[in-house]
Amino acid sequence: MTPALIIDTIGPMASLQDLGRTGLTSVGLSPGGAMDPLALAEAAALLGLSAPQTAIEMALRGGTFRTTAPLRFALTGAPMAAQIDGRALVWPASHILNPGEVLTIGAATQGTFGYLTPAPQILTPRWQDSHAAHLTVRVGALLNPGDQLPLGPDPTPDSPSLTLPPGDRFSGGTLRLMPGPQTKLFDAATRDRLTNTAFTRSPMASRQGTRLDHEGAPFATPHAAGLISDFITCGDVQMTGAGTPTLLMAECQTIGGYPRIGTVIAADRPRAAQAPPGAILRFSWVDMTTADRLYAPAAALLDALRRQTQPLRRNPADNPNLLTLQLISGVTRGDDPKDNV
Amino acid sequence: MPQPPYETFPLGEDGVLLRFGDGQTAHPGLALALAARARAAPIAGVTEIATALGSVLARFAPGMTSRAAVAAALEALLSAPEPDASPARLWTIPACFGGDHGPQLPEVARLTHLTPEAAIQDLTTTELTVLAIGFAPGQPYLGTLPPPWALERQQAITPQVPAGAIVVALRQIVLFANPSPTGWRWVGTCAFRPFMADRALPFALAPGDCIRFAPTDASTLAGLHSSRDGLGGAILTGAP
Repeated sequence: MTPALIIDTIGPMASLQDLGRTGLTSVGLSPGGAMDPLALAEAAALLGLSAPQTAIEMALRGGTFRTTAPLRFALTGAPMAAQIDGRALVWPASHILNPGEVLTIGAATQGTFGYLTPAPQILTPRWQDSHAAHLTVRVGALLNPGDQLPLGPDPTPDSPSLTLPPGDRFSGGTLRLMPGPQTKLFDAATRDRLTNTAFTRSPMASRQGTRLDHEGAPFATPHAAGLISDFITCGDVQMTGAGTPTLLMAECQTIGGYPRIGTVIAADRPRAAQAPPGAILRFSWVDMTTADRLYAPAAALLDALRRQTQPLRRNPADNPNLLTLQLISGVTRGDDPKDNV
Repeated sequence: MPQPPYETFPLGEDGVLLRFGDGQTAHPGLALALAARARAAPIAGVTEIATALGSVLARFAPGMTSRAAVAAALEALLSAPEPDASPARLWTIPACFGGDHGPQLPEVARLTHLTPEAAIQDLTTTELTVLAIGFAPGQPYLGTLPPPWALERQQAITPQVPAGAIVVALRQIVLFANPSPTGWRWVGTCAFRPFMADRALPFALAPGDCIRFAPTDASTLAGLHSSRDGLGGAILTGAP
């Protein structure tokens, strides 16, 4: 019998997500995929996978899960209170769930999107080579209690559990913005004011976009009225008619007529996606050359994460300090050749 | 016609956008022609070519090429010879104009100084091209209607037109894929669904396809709405 991950309960905005679908811009479909793709790369590093694969994306709330066969899985993205039969779990980390045990994932303690990634591939049908639910265009669907996800074989079932540094992208902060095709439609004073304004992540948010609220004058350009529709990309900061910025996210449209003042660079999009309602976000400009230099292709990003993984050695309930990784660096320091000089 | 100036811009770290003109004027013919050249002679490291109404987007793999190389290759293609045009596909789509299926046809006839019959004549005999696809998956911008159709968008937004609505402005037509609000004027309806995820061909149209609307009556259209393939009786000829 095919092993399965059983969803007993699940939050209201959970869906299967991978890195989305590329190549469909010319027929009007944006890539979609995980709101925080870094979390999928972290899961791949923690599980020893060759590339990121399909995860359950959970917005603000998790769920309860069982398995029909021993299952390695990773918890990444927004930290959520997680336990197996009362035993607290380190986040981010890889763990094992056995048949008969219940994995409980509670509310996010920081950030917005948490990810549960099984080490085996999820075997539900793909559409256009991807599992990613694209809710805006009604491709795929939200996950429901009672859903069972059939699983393939674990490529490396005996791999040890690993953890990663927790990351600091879950409470807002500064987003670096690169110029785009309409940046210069906004005058220099308006572009400066953008970097001197504190924005609040509005509760008005979806996988398509997030409204940002601010005090003060709107961010307008007199050139907005006559624009023909042009390409949008994920990360664009769009100014609607009212001059309120919207961060366009994974399920953005492919073209649009409102001007975009700039594009949040890929390295900062996870921070943008994870900012919870009420978090403060700011912008700082980087030029195109700097943005291009800061860009890490997916393979390089995964390599860097693999180097940061550490063995998960203890139950965190026994020693909460393990979360800081101090013990582990203490153990490995003895092998560091620099100590011999 | 002299070629308008063009400019290249970044669109994220993995995109080069080449835009014709100042962003206020559509140049779909130029965009489609450049995209055809870029597809006929693929640029190393470019993963996707797409067209909007006045621009071409080249997505690239930053590890495999550079932004400067992609931009230079696109610019070089501007003066490359026209590739052998593959025969365009022609979609003939049954549609109903005026009445409940196009309540703003009389208003559009007034604004274009045409009789309603002559307006329908223009809508059903103009050889239309898919200028761009966007806003919703598969949803086409069609053009270009004769000069009298250079209508501004209306001031008020129509709260909702149905899927299949045929709306006009700016000498263009949008064929709505989903029920939508619109500032364009609603003149006709068809049963053609440009996007259906579970259809063998989810995206029916491609930029550059030709479209002709075949006038039909309300009862025929009602029957076509139930077509399983969502093509609403559309006939494709000249398919590859």
